[in-house]
Formats: sequence, C-alpha cells, structure tokens
Amino acid sequence: MADAPLHVLIVDDEAPARRRLRELLTDCGSVLPLALVGEASNGREALDMLHAVNADLVLTDIHMPEMDGLEFARHVLKLPQPPVVIFTTAHDEHAVQAFELSAIDYLMKPVRVQRLLAALEKVPRLKPLSAARLDQLPASTRRFLSVTERSRVVLVPIEEIVYLKAELKYITIRTAEREYLLEESLTKLEDEFGSRLVRVHRNCLVARDFIRGFERRVGGDGDAHWEVLLKGVPEMLPVSRRQQAIVREIGRAAPADGEEGRK
Amino acid sequence: MQSIIRQNTIPPELPDFRNLGTILRIVLAVNVLTGVAALVRESQLDLWVTQWAELTAVVEPHLIVELAILYALAPVIARQSYVTGALLIAALTIGVGLGVHTLIDRQFPEPRPAPLRHLAFALGVYGALLAYFRLRAKALSPAIAESRLQALQARIRPHFLFNSINAVLSLVRSDPKQAETALLDMADLFRVLMRDNRDLVPLADEIELCRQYLALEKLRLSERLQIEWHLNSMPGDALIPPLVLQPLLENAVYHGIEPSSAPGVVSINIFYKGGEVHAILRNPYQADGGRHHAGNKMALSNIRERLKLHFDAEGVLDSRVRDAAYEVHIRMPYRTTKPVVKREPDSVKTELDAKGNPLVSPQGGTHSSVPLSREDTGASLRVDGNDSKVSSG
Repeated sequence: MADAPLHVLIVDDEAPARRRLRELLTDCGSVLPLALVGEASNGREALDMLHAVNADLVLTDIHMPEMDGLEFARHVLKLPQPPVVIFTTAHDEHAVQAFELSAIDYLMKPVRVQRLLAALEKVPRLKPLSAARLDQLPASTRRFLSVTERSRVVLVPIEEIVYLKAELKYITIRTAEREYLLEESLTKLEDEFGSRLVRVHRNCLVARDFIRGFERRVGGDGDAHWEVLLKGVPEMLPVSRRQQAIVREIGRAAPADGEEGRK
Repeated sequence: MQSIIRQNTIPPELPDFRNLGTILRIVLAVNVLTGVAALVRESQLDLWVTQWAELTAVVEPHLIVELAILYALAPVIARQSYVTGALLIAALTIGVGLGVHTLIDRQFPEPRPAPLRHLAFALGVYGALLAYFRLRAKALSPAIAESRLQALQARIRPHFLFNSINAVLSLVRSDPKQAETALLDMADLFRVLMRDNRDLVPLADEIELCRQYLALEKLRLSERLQIEWHLNSMPGDALIPPLVLQPLLENAVYHGIEPSSAPGVVSINIFYKGGEVHAILRNPYQADGGRHHAGNKMALSNIRERLKLHFDAEGVLDSRVRDAAYEVHIRMPYRTTKPVVKREPDSVKTELDAKGNPLVSPQGGTHSSVPLSREDTGASLRVDGNDSKVSSG
C-alpha cells in the first residue's frame, strides 16, 4: 500500500491554478509517491475522465462553469469506487464555513506545499465523502441528475427531464429519448427543483416546460379525473385529486398551444 | 488613521452652474419660494394665484438674468474658493437686483416699492439655496467616503484577489518576467483603489487602470476572456469620477465570462457625442449563471450615486439585457477643467495601445470647459488609426 503511488486528478477552470497545483504536486513527489493522472477544467470533464483513469484523490475547485465542484462531488459518489475529493477554493466564506462544520477537507488557494502534503498523507485513511455530509454544504441546484449504468456515471441534464415518477424503490427519469432509474427521494428532488418540476401526483413530478395541456378523462368506473399531456412523449399522466389546483394554475399561466390545449 | 479623519471633512463646493440639474433645482426652488411669499401676502386662494403671478413677473426677469450670468461665469466661479465664490454670487445677486430694478423702472415709470425689499428677498433665497446645495453635497458624500472602504471589501472581490495571487504564483517558476508584470499591474490597481478617490480623474487614466485589471483577468481566464476596445473617438482628457469603469468590468468578467467555459467578449465602447461622454460596456448575459446578482446591483448603485454627486442630473447610468448581452450605458457631461483647483492629478500621460501608438492625447488643464466647437477641435482629441479591436489585454 505504502509503495503504490497516489493517483491524483486536478480539476480547475483556470489554467494557471492547475499549473500551480501541478508544480506543488511535483514538489510533494519527492516525499510521497505520487502520480498525476489527469487535469480537467470542470466537473463534467473530470467525471468523464474518471471513467477512463483510476484516481485515489481529486483536487477540485468549487466555482467552475458547466459543473461546479460541489455538484461534481455528488456525482462522483455514484462511481463504483469513488475517489476522495478535496476542495480547493480561493475565497468562499459560505462553503468554507460548511466545510468546517461537516469536517470536509479543503485547501485555500494559494495553497502552501506543507498544507498540500499534509492533506495528501491523510488520503489513504480518508473515506469518500458521504451524501449526507455533502447535503450539509450550501445548497446549490444541480444541473444534472446522475445514474449509474454498467459502472459508469450517466448524467441527465435537468432541462431534458420530462417527468420523474416514483416506483417501488426507484424513481424513473423520463426524457424525450429514454428512461433512467434513479435512487433518490422524490420529496428531496421536489425541494431542489421546485421551480422547474411540479407535483401532479403523490408519485410524480412533471417539468412545467413540457406540459402541453390537460385532458379530462372518464374512467371505467365513471370517475372523472385530469390527465397531463406532455410534449415529446406519448404517455399521459394522471393528476391526483389533491393536486387538481395545478390544472387551473398552469392552464392559465401557459395558454394551450396548438389544437390539443386544455379542454 | 489620518486618511479616515480626512474623509470626514468634505470641502464645501459651489454647484456647477452649467449643470442642467443645478439650473432646474434653482428655478424650481425660486418659484416655490415665490409662491410661499405670495401666500404670506394673500391668504385667500383665488387671490393668491394672481398675487403669485404678479410676484413672478418681477422675480422671473431677475432669475433669468442671474442664471444667464452664472452660466457665463461658471468657469470663473469654479476657480474661486468656496467663500470667495459665494460672496461673488451674493454681489452678483445684488447687482442683478439693482440693475433689473432700474430697467423695469425705466420701462414702467409708475411708482414702485423700494428695491430694498426685493434685494432682501433675493439674498434670502440665495442663502437658502446655498444651504440646500451644501446639504445635498453632504447627503450624497457618504457614497464617496465609503468608496474606498468598499473598494477593498466589495469592488475588488476577494475572489479576484486570491485567484490573481494564485495565478501569479503559478508563473513565478515558469515565467518570472510575466509574473513581474502581473505583480506590477496589481500594485497599480491597488494603489488607485486605496487612494483618496474624491477628485475627478482623466478618462485616459481610468482606461489605463482597466487595461491593467483586464490583463490580470486575462492571465487567469486566457482565451475565455476576449476584450474589444472601441476608443477611437474617446476624449481621453474628459474628467470622470475615478473607479467608474473598472468595477463594471469586474462585474462583466464575474457574471459574464467566468460562469461559462466558452469564450465570451467584453466590449468597451467609449465615445464623445453631443457634449457628452458615453461609455457602453457589454458582456454575455448568463441567464442561469448561478451567481446572485446582489453584488452587481450594489456596484451599480454606488456608481450611480457618485455620478449624481459629480454631475447631478447629467450623469446617468442605465443597464439592460439586449440580444443575450448585458449592457451598461453611462452618460457624463464632457468636462476638462476641475470645479475647484486642487492638487494636480497623479498622471496625465499619453496612453499607448498594443502597437505602441498614442491612443489619446489628453489636453490636461485647458480652460475651455465646454466643447463649444467640438467638431473643429475634435481631430486633435481623436485617435489615429483604425478602430482598435484588440482582443488581448
């Protein structure tokens, strides 16, 4: 164990910041066996890289385009063998406070070589961050949901989601192309994406942008209920009695487009 | 410590009598006071209006003549100290009072009340206005007093400071020369941020500061940050409040460039038009940048306040989103002389563009404070060469 070099991945959107970490890692290399396995300029790129290379440690910046460091850390957990994540930040009072509270490792930029070395020496003893601890960080709305498929992390952009439906243990994510299975709580997702997704049923959240209209259906037993018509997917979703108010609310906000508006 | 004490004493300044805002304020105040005077004489409402009209007929000629003379003498008054200037205007008020009175007397030789009452009224109004403008300057000055503190706390975001230091550190080993330049840019930037920023500075100086700032950002963001300068018809000698453009560029980078990994353009377009200096700054608009825009609003309102203090109604800042771009448009009157003679600006120098050509030739300290024949003199103020579309810092 002691002989195997520590595999490190650097994630930062600023090239000079990456170069600086690279230089520092070289300095540490004389003390500790190290191997730099890659550099990425944002969380999304880094996640892709982790499919190809094995890393024990990811040093990631927080503020980055495409996918920030905090979201990246969440998706990393879906990997079969998630690496340890240590955040690097130049200045982010909120995040730093949260890191302190939940004992999450971070390095302040500019990083001192001694601090980096101390962090690196700790890594073999560290466990990957847990989802529970990440939950304590300042809530930033994710740009993607992630699911594990054949030991790969697949990202589903939030804006492509048509609806989320809870079934037994899993949540089905429906996009215009296909379905994914997700292991998360529907209530939490509703909290996080409340502005985008609306609850139409106890087990179902629908993207407002994809609602085409509503239709009144009379079932076999003579009971009438509303169903949501969606853009891009054929299936119709029942609106529960409790959520009926949204029919009027959304029907008014987004006037029926096309011939299949609300009836 | 010393600087803090200095901050608290705002040197009294007479208003700029060529400023539209000042003129409007004076006209409005005089008419309202005339109305009050009419009310004192006549309490019945229908008669009060006639009374007011009668009084106005006497007051208005004085007012117009006085304003016209003040407009003409504005540069002279601006060069005096506060007390001398105030006494000068008091003397002018008496002179105008007597002069117009004699004129009216000659035209309408019917018996009139002694001019003494009129003079007393005029001086009373003058005193009230003087006090009003002083109070107004005091009320607006916290914006300036705080500007230095804010410069350190909010303007230069700690985010920028530490990331820049980090970027410089990354150069120390591989490119010491560039690291040196970057540190010098930082030193210049902070020197300006920490100095007393109450005096107006030549526009060319502010542009130089912006260049240094953008050079530092370019270091971090490299090709993600594209900069377009359009300074062909920029009057480099125009005096503007310091740190009006740099904070806006900082916002442009923070909100427009950093949230995206694709290259984005920040464009700076400064030109002279109709007696005014226009500055239009544009950056890509990131709808879901994920960054709260409170900081941006704070910077905008601070700049707006300082424009108002220096230029009253003639200093305007507008912001809007147009064609997926966020745009800030500043309009300021074109001034080249300082309202009060103060210490010389740190540097009135010729700016060089990337190719080493002089960008502007500031005409520091000329006496023509209003560009009456701007078209004739324009040539010497304009930049030679083409529209400089420099995409590097």
